[in-house]
Amino acid sequence: MADAIRTSGLEKRFGVTRAVDGLDLAVAEGEVHGFLGPNGAGKTTTLRLMLGMLHPDGGEATLLGGDPWRDTVELHSRLAYVPGDVSLWPNLTGGEAIDVLTRLRGGTDPGRRAELLERFDLDPTKKARTYSKGNRQKVALVAGLASDVELYMLDEPTSGLDPLMEAVFKECVTELRERGRTVLLSSHILAEVEALCDRVSIIRQGRLVESGSLADLRHLTRTTIVAETARPATTVATLPGIHAFQTEDGRVRFDVDAEHLDAVVRSLGELGVRSLESHPPTLEQLFLRFYGVEEGERAEGPAAP
Amino acid sequence: MTAATAGTGRLIRFILRRDRVRLPVWILAIGFTVLGSVSSFAATYPTQADRQARAAVLDSGIARLFVGPGYGSDRYTFGAMTANELLPSAAIAVALMSVFLLVRHTRTEEESGRAELVRATVVGRHAPLAAALIVVAAAHVVLFAILALGLPAALEGLSPAGSIAFAAALLGVGLVFEGVAALIAQLTVGARSALGISAVVVGVTYLIRAFGDMTDTFLPWLSPFGWATEMRAYVDERWWPLGVSIAATAVLIAATVAINRRRDVGAGIIADRPGAAEAAPRLRTPAALARRLQRASFLAWLIPVFLLGLLYGSIAQDAASFYEDVDALKDYVARVGAAAPIEQFLALSTFIAALVAVGFAIQSALRLRTEESEHRAEPVLATPVGRSPWMWSHLTIALVGSVAMLVASGLGFGLATAIATGDADALPRLVAASLAYTPALWVFVGVVAALFGAIPRFAGLAWAALGAIVFVGFLGPLLQLPDWMFQVSPLEHVPRMPVADFDVLPELVLTAIAAGLLAIGVVTFRRRDLVG
Repeated sequence: MADAIRTSGLEKRFGVTRAVDGLDLAVAEGEVHGFLGPNGAGKTTTLRLMLGMLHPDGGEATLLGGDPWRDTVELHSRLAYVPGDVSLWPNLTGGEAIDVLTRLRGGTDPGRRAELLERFDLDPTKKARTYSKGNRQKVALVAGLASDVELYMLDEPTSGLDPLMEAVFKECVTELRERGRTVLLSSHILAEVEALCDRVSIIRQGRLVESGSLADLRHLTRTTIVAETARPATTVATLPGIHAFQTEDGRVRFDVDAEHLDAVVRSLGELGVRSLESHPPTLEQLFLRFYGVEEGERAEGPAAP
Repeated sequence: MTAATAGTGRLIRFILRRDRVRLPVWILAIGFTVLGSVSSFAATYPTQADRQARAAVLDSGIARLFVGPGYGSDRYTFGAMTANELLPSAAIAVALMSVFLLVRHTRTEEESGRAELVRATVVGRHAPLAAALIVVAAAHVVLFAILALGLPAALEGLSPAGSIAFAAALLGVGLVFEGVAALIAQLTVGARSALGISAVVVGVTYLIRAFGDMTDTFLPWLSPFGWATEMRAYVDERWWPLGVSIAATAVLIAATVAINRRRDVGAGIIADRPGAAEAAPRLRTPAALARRLQRASFLAWLIPVFLLGLLYGSIAQDAASFYEDVDALKDYVARVGAAAPIEQFLALSTFIAALVAVGFAIQSALRLRTEESEHRAEPVLATPVGRSPWMWSHLTIALVGSVAMLVASGLGFGLATAIATGDADALPRLVAASLAYTPALWVFVGVVAALFGAIPRFAGLAWAALGAIVFVGFLGPLLQLPDWMFQVSPLEHVPRMPVADFDVLPELVLTAIAAGLLAIGVVTFRRRDLVG
């Protein structure tokens, strides 16, 4: 399958800050791609580079087969963008703002607009200045989702939405995927990413740290094991790939790197297993590991392989 | 201190801290403008005959809108002049100071949600309101002191009692509009609506006073501005109208407190009117969006510019007669060249109206920067709208709007002059004279465009350029500034019609410069990053 978005060595500097620092990103057509990273990692800068709002300082970027800086207008007729921090014209109503943006993008089906207003429970007759953050976000979402385009670029689109509206948003993205649309979803809501995304890319300090399906990423991290064995399992502690080993009430508890899991389980088996629990890494652990903020991780050096 | 006003003292200190620049600027700007104007009287109208001529000019037509009832016109002393010519406009400034400061510290705080944060601490229900009222009242008292002490010092012949009456008249206006703004800020949810309604009240009550004085009816007594002018400062001081102002303030504040006692934080009494659920069918291009966004401010410039033209036209005939005797204007006359006094007055007034129109041109073009820095350009540019069409959508309004401003001022000027002088030719001649400034205004649009494209964060420097030009234009002759400083201003190169004849060459050069600057702006904007 072709790539909707592909960058290689993409760079953007603001003064001495390297906001995007050699980023290699690939988003396949028709997938919902999660774009993750801590605050200030360069997610929004990347999106703005892809929109032609910023001129790259180096590297290459291809968007829907075109150059995001040169072919801006042509490409924009094939994509919709929902910014993370929505700023609206204070004296236009929400409905007017939606119409302006969708018409500039080439118009929309009135039925689709009405349906989205209904689903997101948005009153379009209010002046934008009276909207709460969540309602401003809804205006941008309705304006973005009402357009029938190939690519949807969503920058933390659910910030400020209540859980009910988040659910509506998830339905909408699922429908887009069923219709074969590409979605690039920058997000911090782990459950949302887990539920929606086919693949994720994690960036940190402007660089790609990891990319792949969630299952792939899970492989790259540690499984937590709690075991009760017939004979004392202290010998396991010396095996390679074991971390945070502790003994409690005759049970052992430790984390094990994915590549050593097999060997560790076999040696446990020789000790006579009475009970065994294994916890796959949670998405939180994945994040913390790749974001590099977990305490123990720092001491052990860089988290990325 | 009761529970309802607990924390008022701390909030007062907090407001003073937040507005440690804003408050002095308001007070000093109004104070020094009044004192500066007063001290210029002696040089401008040295003899009693000069002043009587001035009084006669102001006694005609639309000019009366801008001055007081004219107490003491038969013996127009400096004092009578101060009260008649400065009090009404100073009173508007004082009223607006009340409105802006009070809404800022009441409704704006509530709308932004900051009031909730404050009210959640140990702060009584009325404390934020009380703190705002006290701070603004104190600001008016400071202004009162500056004027009461400063006026006698600024110009010999201004009596201490008259100066106290003048300052007290302004204090009264300030207090009443504090009450007005406090009450209106209780009613609306949006701070902008509160400001808008309050400003309308300021304007309407001012017009009631002005029309009342023009028609010699009881109407001025219905307006706080009338209570100020009826104190007859410097002529025949009366103190009891100040009592009317204070009583009105007390009633307004009592009503405000009564509403504030029952009202939820953040809620209003007047619900925000719902707007259109769908955009008008024509609102589908960047140009239509720009027109919609600039519509209100376009009209807010157009109408005053037209009125300014009317004002100048209505006094043209009389102004010309004393114009030739006034020393301060002779320098200007010398620059323009010899011509009939009325022609000179027409040329000068056309120039001043064009200068005002420059304000529109700059503000309208700077909308580009506002849209960008407020992140509203980004969603538009994320649609298939190119950088150039988006930029031109706003520049077109600045360019075409400049022409509209010049036509409006020329029309107002020409109509009033034609009626006053009975010379129907005045209309086309003055519209043409005004339109001659079109290329000069375009140069200013070009300057904004080039700054916006090349150094967007400093696009506001265009205002500084205008400030420098106004400074050089009006004070340059007095300060004997070198000639090149005048030549920098595009306005200096426009033929001063109707004194001078139309000359196509400078117009073409200015148009070419404007086109060059616009091109630089568009090209540089297309190549740069959007910046917040």
